[in-house]
Amino acid sequence: MQTISITIIVNGKAISLRCAANQTLLDVLRDELGLTGAKDGCGGEGECGACTVIMNGKAVNSCMVFAGQADGANIETIEGLARGEELHPLQKAFIDAGAIQCGFCTPGAIMSAKALLDQNTSPTEEEIKEALSGNLCRCTGYKKMIEAIKIAARGGSANDR
Amino acid sequence: MLNPHPGLPEFTYVKPASLDEACSFLAEHAGEARLISGGTDLLVRMRDKAYKPAYIVDIKGLDGTDVLTFDPKSGLKVGAAVPMNRMASHPDVQKYYPLLAKAANSVASYQIRNRATIVGNICNASPAGDTLGACLVLGGRLHIYGTDGERFEDLVNFFKGPGKTTLRPGEIVTAVSFPLPEKGAKGAYIKLGRNKLSDLAIVGVTAYGFPDKKTESGFRFIVALASVAATPLMPPAVETILAEKKITEETIAEAATAAMDACSPIDDVRGSATYRKDMVRNLTRNAISDVWGQLQS
Ligand SMILES: Cc1cc2nc3c(=O)[nH]c(=O)nc-3n(C[C@H](O)[C@H](O)[C@H](O)COP(=O)(O)OP(=O)(O)OC[C@H]3O[C@@H](n4cnc5c(N)ncnc54)[C@H](O)[C@@H]3O)c2cc1C
Ligand code: FES
Ligand code: FES
Repeated sequence: MQTISITIIVNGKAISLRCAANQTLLDVLRDELGLTGAKDGCGGEGECGACTVIMNGKAVNSCMVFAGQADGANIETIEGLARGEELHPLQKAFIDAGAIQCGFCTPGAIMSAKALLDQNTSPTEEEIKEALSGNLCRCTGYKKMIEAIKIAARGGSANDR
Repeated sequence: MLNPHPGLPEFTYVKPASLDEACSFLAEHAGEARLISGGTDLLVRMRDKAYKPAYIVDIKGLDGTDVLTFDPKSGLKVGAAVPMNRMASHPDVQKYYPLLAKAANSVASYQIRNRATIVGNICNASPAGDTLGACLVLGGRLHIYGTDGERFEDLVNFFKGPGKTTLRPGEIVTAVSFPLPEKGAKGAYIKLGRNKLSDLAIVGVTAYGFPDKKTESGFRFIVALASVAATPLMPPAVETILAEKKITEETIAEAATAAMDACSPIDDVRGSATYRKDMVRNLTRNAISDVWGQLQS
């Protein structure tokens, strides 16, 4: 088994590590770095989006990126959003809008939403749907997620719709 | 703890420093090395054990492969490493090649398109590839780099069967380029999938039309069909009918039937051959009518 050395910046911190060439970015985050927010929901087929993280500013399926391809990249994961006890506005909005049931899809959906809002502070509903197009949710559904993202975009709370 | 993902075969990851180095490596290890662009096809096939390459060769960023250029005189060039979203959102692509943007946007999900490339879609050579039709009707040409230097190949000659192309061992597609679109050209892509997102086409119909003084009808149309034969199909009969007869609803229907007669789809999990044939006729009619409507407005 070939091992490779990579350096990735994860949530602002540069980390150098050795990993197996056939590990994916998702494997590295979960198994090497203990960041288990990103989930494996479909066996790494690119279908579910539970593994979504932000790589160099873009939402990607981390199960579809080989570790070597991530070398040198800037990675943001759900673990990097809260500031101490204070949740990120998207995390807060997902809770306020009732957009979380089991929560398995949530880290991926929130990272897709963050990549969108980082580029576009007032997205249309169509743009929100497009950004979430690769995030499957089997329990909450999408309406409340879309609502949550609108709330976060307005920088407000669920009560001032 | 080195914990490779269960299901992904072992391989050696190779990151060459130049295209020359990459070509030599690929030529020396023909049959055991595979190129990776976005990896969105490759990873799935490796997990399914359809591919077990001993080497994965990453060419991202080599010698300008991640560049997209547009020149109002010569047209568009999309480097092999340019992700679909970057291409589809480029202002010149939206303005001059909206059909290409539309076809790219019908691939998979937003996240996948942040990695997937148009050259990967082409090299994968799946008859279901969503961008193949647009690339064909727009006159796409491949820039291919090999151990003997650079060569060019028109996309119409490139596909030889599912997953089969004219690429020789050691060859790398570095870009796909398109001439300026024909004056007044309009296009449409209709994809029939089991669901709106994340699925391959059961049938895909690309139609492209433009005014042409040399034809009887005053127009030329090109139609490309996905998922109905071993390679993307551009039935000549469809072009002939629409070039020779005054364009009416009946002519369009006749052309659509000719499209259906030209294809030889298979039965698979996504649809039966008979269903596909019917859909080819209906969707070809819709796609040509759509373009015809745009040409008249
Ligand atoms: C969940 C999911 C949904 C999908 N849905 C669709 C869909 O709706 N429509 C669709 O068309 N596709 C779909 N795909 C397939 C895939 O995303 C596309 O075909 C994509 O364009 C492939 O590009 P890539 O850069 O990721 O290719 P890669 O996976 O990197 O490469 C694909 C193949 O081409 C070869 N190759 C790559 N680059 C080069 C090069 N520069 N020179 C020579 N050979 C090369 C590779 O060796 C490999 O065999 C889907 C995939 C997934 C995982
Ligand atoms: S684990 Fe399902 S898309 Fe990555
Ligand atoms: S909340 Fe359970 S999968 Fe989305």
